[in-house]
Amino acid sequence: MSEANPVSRRDLVLGTLPAVGAVAGLLTGTGLLARAAAIADEGAVDNSVKTLLAASYQNGAYTLPKLPYAYDSLEPHIDAATMTLHHDKHHQAYVDGLNKTLKAMADLRAAGGEINAPLLTGLQEDLTFNGSGHLLHSIFWATMSAQGGGEASGAVGDAIARQFGSFAAFQAQFAKVSATVKGSGWGILAYEPVGDNLLILQVKQHDLQTVFTAVPLLPLDVWEHAYYLKYKNVRADYIKAWWKVAHWPAVDAAYQAARKAAGHA
Amino acid sequence: MAYELPPLPYPTNALEPHIDQQTMEIHHGKHHNAYVTNLNNAIKDTSLGNQSIEALVTQIDSVPESIRTVVRNNGGGHANHSLFWTIMGPGKGGKPTGKLAAAVDSELSGFDAFKEAFSKAATTRFGSGWAWLSVGKNKKLVVESTPNQDSPLMHGNTPLMGIDVWEHAYYLKYQNRRPDYVAAFFNVIDWDAVGKRYEKAIG
Repeated sequence: MSEANPVSRRDLVLGTLPAVGAVAGLLTGTGLLARAAAIADEGAVDNSVKTLLAASYQNGAYTLPKLPYAYDSLEPHIDAATMTLHHDKHHQAYVDGLNKTLKAMADLRAAGGEINAPLLTGLQEDLTFNGSGHLLHSIFWATMSAQGGGEASGAVGDAIARQFGSFAAFQAQFAKVSATVKGSGWGILAYEPVGDNLLILQVKQHDLQTVFTAVPLLPLDVWEHAYYLKYKNVRADYIKAWWKVAHWPAVDAAYQAARKAAGHA
Repeated sequence: MAYELPPLPYPTNALEPHIDQQTMEIHHGKHHNAYVTNLNNAIKDTSLGNQSIEALVTQIDSVPESIRTVVRNNGGGHANHSLFWTIMGPGKGGKPTGKLAAAVDSELSGFDAFKEAFSKAATTRFGSGWAWLSVGKNKKLVVESTPNQDSPLMHGNTPLMGIDVWEHAYYLKYQNRRPDYVAAFFNVIDWDAVGKRYEKAIG
């Protein structure tokens, strides 16, 4: 499969999860019942990350998933105006950018002849920027909730305590990583399946400075657009507030699914 | 010696409606101030502050490695913002004149082509950064962009004017509409100030 085939990229993200076939079935229009069945097949708790990712590619194109809650649901920690712009405008732009880039790559191949190298180089940048921008936002929405906050729970809570020493030690490192992203980027708690490890990543833009096998479990968007309307230049206050909506049950479900897929559970 | 936040050369509401007062207040009073404070903290045990900020940024590769990244980010931020305030002004806009206008015509295919290239550089810079009109080592005009707070001085070019396209520069008024902000910026460019910088740069 070529790099420009959208299914291959989607599989790259979902391929570490079990029941890929069941997820693929969702895309053929079998809907919510099939989705519920897929989750039941796994024997896992509701995996909102998986649900949002499944809604991020529909009928042959990448798509903007609906927010799983109202725009004002995360108030006062994250304001409705920010959520509306962030989801409807910024996230949509990454979805559009990704589809447009894949179309441009297909056109380039269809044109035949010598490939225009500078054009291709630009498209490669567009691909990872928009592709990662799209899918990270989907996971970002899925791992926040009005019922969020508190300390990590479940298997991921145990793993965090084991690997980082304590939840407080993890939280301090994650917050520092997120606060010190230069310019635009993300702090991400990720699962690396080869070593069965949790990693904290400091990602630049949406796509730079990662480990390829790592599965993002809990991404924190620290682009200024994620907080500027409410927190202005004080990124640290936004990070403090975000902990109150970080939804650990969703993170745990994604963690358990990724571990199982990797044969570690 | 410590670096200092330069005062804005005009009131914070002077660039309305193109750049709003609240953005100017936070951008200058908080963001720029933080670059100055963080820079001074990083170099407080060195003699690096005994030179202009432009000289420090130009020689970024000779800054001790242990503090180079923080000096790059914050020294670059101080240099870039200090320049930014001085190439804007109320009631400005229009086009360059004199030698700069002639150079834009002969080296950048005219003002309209320059404006298009500059706007494209500003709108397509991923994430945070700047777009610039600079003079290269060959003394020719060049349109370029840099990531984050990198300065053209860091690769040997001389910036004549630039636009900050970090989201903090425009988000309160323009939100996700960066192209609208870039278009508005052309109404506040002080081409007389840019022209003087050009004549100095080509010596």
